[in-house]
Amino acid sequence: MEPLYSIRPLIAVLVSLGVVPILISSRNANVREAWTFVAAGLKFLIVLSMLPTVLEGRTVVCTLAEVLPGVAFRLRVDALGMLFALVASSLWIITSAYSIGYMRGLKEHSQTRYFCFFAVALSATIGAAFSANLFTLYLFYEMLSFATYPLVTHHQDAEARRSGRKYLLYIVGASIGLVLPAMVLSYHLSGTLEFSGQGFLPRSGSPFLLGILLFIFLFGFTKAAIMPLHAWLPAAMVAPTPVSALLHAVAVVKVGVFCILRVLTEVFGLDLLASLHLGTAVAYVAAFTIIVASLIALTQNELKRLLAFSTIGQLSYIVLGVALLSPKGLTGGMVHIAMHAFGKITLFFCAGAIFVATGKKHISGMVGIGKQMPVTMAAFFVGALSVIGLPPAGGFLSKWYLVLGTLQAHQWPLLVILLVSSLLNAAYFFPIVYRAFFCQEAQSLFQNTTREAPLWCLVPLVITAVCSIVLFFSPFPFLRLAELAAP
Amino acid sequence: MSEHYPALLVILPLLASFFISAAGWLRPACCFPLAVAALGASLLVSLGLLSIVIGGGPVSYRLGGWAPPWGICYQVDHLNALVLAVVSVVGFINLTAARTHVKKDFPERAGPFYTLYVLFVTGLLGMVVTGDAFNLYVLLEIAAITGYALIAMGKGRAPLSSLNYIFMGTIGACFYLLGVGYLYIVTGSLNMEDIARLLPPLHGSKVVTVAFVIMMVGIWLKMGFFPLHAWLPNAYTYAPSPVSSLVAPLMTKVMVYVMIRMVVTVFTVDYAFGVLGLNEAVVWLAVIAIVAGSVLALAEKDVKRMLTFIVVAEVGYMVGGFWLGNRPGFTGAVLHIVNDALMTLCLFLAVGNIVYAKGNSRWESLPGLFRTMPWTMGALVVGALSIIGVPPTCGFFSKWYLLLGAIQGGHYGFLAALLFSSLVSVVLFFRIFEMGYFEPLGAPHGPTHGQDGTTTVREAPLGMLAPLWITALGLILVGLYTGQIVGRVIRHAVPAMMF
Repeated sequence: MEPLYSIRPLIAVLVSLGVVPILISSRNANVREAWTFVAAGLKFLIVLSMLPTVLEGRTVVCTLAEVLPGVAFRLRVDALGMLFALVASSLWIITSAYSIGYMRGLKEHSQTRYFCFFAVALSATIGAAFSANLFTLYLFYEMLSFATYPLVTHHQDAEARRSGRKYLLYIVGASIGLVLPAMVLSYHLSGTLEFSGQGFLPRSGSPFLLGILLFIFLFGFTKAAIMPLHAWLPAAMVAPTPVSALLHAVAVVKVGVFCILRVLTEVFGLDLLASLHLGTAVAYVAAFTIIVASLIALTQNELKRLLAFSTIGQLSYIVLGVALLSPKGLTGGMVHIAMHAFGKITLFFCAGAIFVATGKKHISGMVGIGKQMPVTMAAFFVGALSVIGLPPAGGFLSKWYLVLGTLQAHQWPLLVILLVSSLLNAAYFFPIVYRAFFCQEAQSLFQNTTREAPLWCLVPLVITAVCSIVLFFSPFPFLRLAELAAP
Repeated sequence: MSEHYPALLVILPLLASFFISAAGWLRPACCFPLAVAALGASLLVSLGLLSIVIGGGPVSYRLGGWAPPWGICYQVDHLNALVLAVVSVVGFINLTAARTHVKKDFPERAGPFYTLYVLFVTGLLGMVVTGDAFNLYVLLEIAAITGYALIAMGKGRAPLSSLNYIFMGTIGACFYLLGVGYLYIVTGSLNMEDIARLLPPLHGSKVVTVAFVIMMVGIWLKMGFFPLHAWLPNAYTYAPSPVSSLVAPLMTKVMVYVMIRMVVTVFTVDYAFGVLGLNEAVVWLAVIAIVAGSVLALAEKDVKRMLTFIVVAEVGYMVGGFWLGNRPGFTGAVLHIVNDALMTLCLFLAVGNIVYAKGNSRWESLPGLFRTMPWTMGALVVGALSIIGVPPTCGFFSKWYLLLGAIQGGHYGFLAALLFSSLVSVVLFFRIFEMGYFEPLGAPHGPTHGQDGTTTVREAPLGMLAPLWITALGLILVGLYTGQIVGRVIRHAVPAMMF
């Protein structure tokens, strides 16, 4: 169908970038945060305004400049991009509220810088979601890498410095060392970088070269944290929790996965992958990551690190779903972007709320915490359900589709892996919840009086928990978008 | 009027330099406005020339009306129209930033400084615009001698570095002149196009081979192509800030242009890449230059000195890209002349600001800089991202073409060297950013931060920040307009036999 030419995708990207000068010049913290909300609200509304067009099956296109022959700096909103942009922009509003509670609750320094780079990171995320070709995607991918560096290293101490180095080494190192040459090679082979439903790489290319190329892309987009290039994600947990919540459970890591999805579906194309049996190879790499990440998560004592390893496993669910190349698998993988986002952000919000209220980071120190923070821990339970994939939480739906996808693709071993992984997920989440609520009086480390985190922290995590449940009953529009995106 | 542009480009600043010199004696305050007027005028003329060439193709101008090959002929085609624009833009922007430095460091020598400055730019513009091989040598010496004098105006070891540069630069220029002499012996002509017409029957001649090789070595010496770079780091480090940010972006880039001009116009691509078949070897030399420049930069503990080694590595980019001998490689090399001039300008201007505020740019001056000089460091970040090659800054696009050229030519060593150097650049610059951002360690974290007076901003004056930020934004704009630059200008400059 004829695409709709509009400047709206560009505005959606730029609105958070444009608010940065206002944030810098605001003298009053309340005014500054008000502007963050204005930008977040506007961004969400602009993204939402394009939803009806996308649901009709059309795309929204905005071309800025032809930078290389056959390659333009171009934005295009399709179903997959819309799905991701909706998730990121809606959660930014909630995270902004949570940031206020968290940052003020802990009296953090340099809050203006923090909010500015958060806004830039969101611009890059939406830009990546709306990229029409590999060049534009790479541009926003890099922009996101550099915009999140000051957020990861926010504390400016020796540990932050170490983590920041690791972050750059893995993410920028791989994007320059692997993705850039792979991109140039793709351009050399096909003369274009423009995404297309059938993929743009020539069918005639040598299978060996194409296979190498695929794996360079797969491991080059390290933001997807596919093992063995995952170590930056646990290290990045040194950042303030809202950063971990939105960026390292939703925006940054999912930009990585999103890039891999684009490469699989629109650079190579499903037919080419199927004919070269590359889909199966990618699926097994993802399966390995799923199992190993879950096993490592079992051994973690620091809550945020546990969540990080859980995220690593869950990201590979998405890759696995798409690599199955079956319609249900594709739908499941794509809708998992949304479902996991709401579940995991709830968990991170809870971890942050616990830290603000009690200063605790370790699971061993959270025995009996349900008595003191019942609302937070209830939300934690909902988030855990969603990530494990149990009803009545949204995560169940995506896992259901993934399981159906393995059946469609006749991949029995992968089915087993998905189920084992769910058991492992339950094994590392349920003990936390169980010991928080059901422990003996003597073991409890907390008083029986209720003392929750500040409302600015508490309300957002309740909202995302409720969203997780609502998504189980009415997954529109995410499921519809995922079905549209899966050919 | 516009038909005299090629001559005006050189004559205007040349005449102005006499007035500036006189003003230095009579009214020193007039020197800066005069210099701005002179370089502003040649900036406008060069932009006018660029638009004429884009609109109507190459322009030829006979000085004094003498017909070539006896008279001197100025030729402006797509290749040098672009380089002329770059030279005059960089010369002009840097001039506006120089004023504050001159006032602080050597107010009593304002007259000589601005005179030499304008003469230096005149020399470079002349080298780029001329179509005569001997005239090029004369203008090369004008640029070189004024360059030596400008560098010697620095403190400490500057005169010694300048002396070293004089020795090496003179050898380089002599080699070039010797090459021109050999060509004159066999062809009897000095006009570039005329030589090109007379050369093909002589392609087997040993004299021509010697002329070519000796000329290339001379040019490489002048551009600091590794291992002929030894004079460069000291000269550019000890020069005063406004001189470093003038000479470092321009001198090496103009010499790259001269190399391209000599190969493409005088000896022709057929001869250099076909008959002699030196491409493979020269690209490997470039690989060594890139790797060595990057590694040597890692050893430096002074930002300015580190940048000089990055310049050495970047020269390798351009030489290698050109000698790949294919269309994307050529495009990348020419585009990199433009981009690297702007990136180097941006970085050296930023370092100039740091030196202005702190007295030097060694590691120990860096801690806390993101707080005290946020604007300068912001621009430094933009320049660094461009060197690393992050889109949409322009550095990405020239690197893209160079990488594409390497793949198309099957030269994977060059590909690897480019990627290696990009990764080393990440380390080089983020090391600086870490020091500016994290150190002094332990102090910033915590709620009390910001109330103890450590956040006082002590920025460089606006007269230095404005040119710096214009350059930094220029890096992004040039990046976004790469399609236009390549499509309208560079595409027409690529020799027809390159694919």
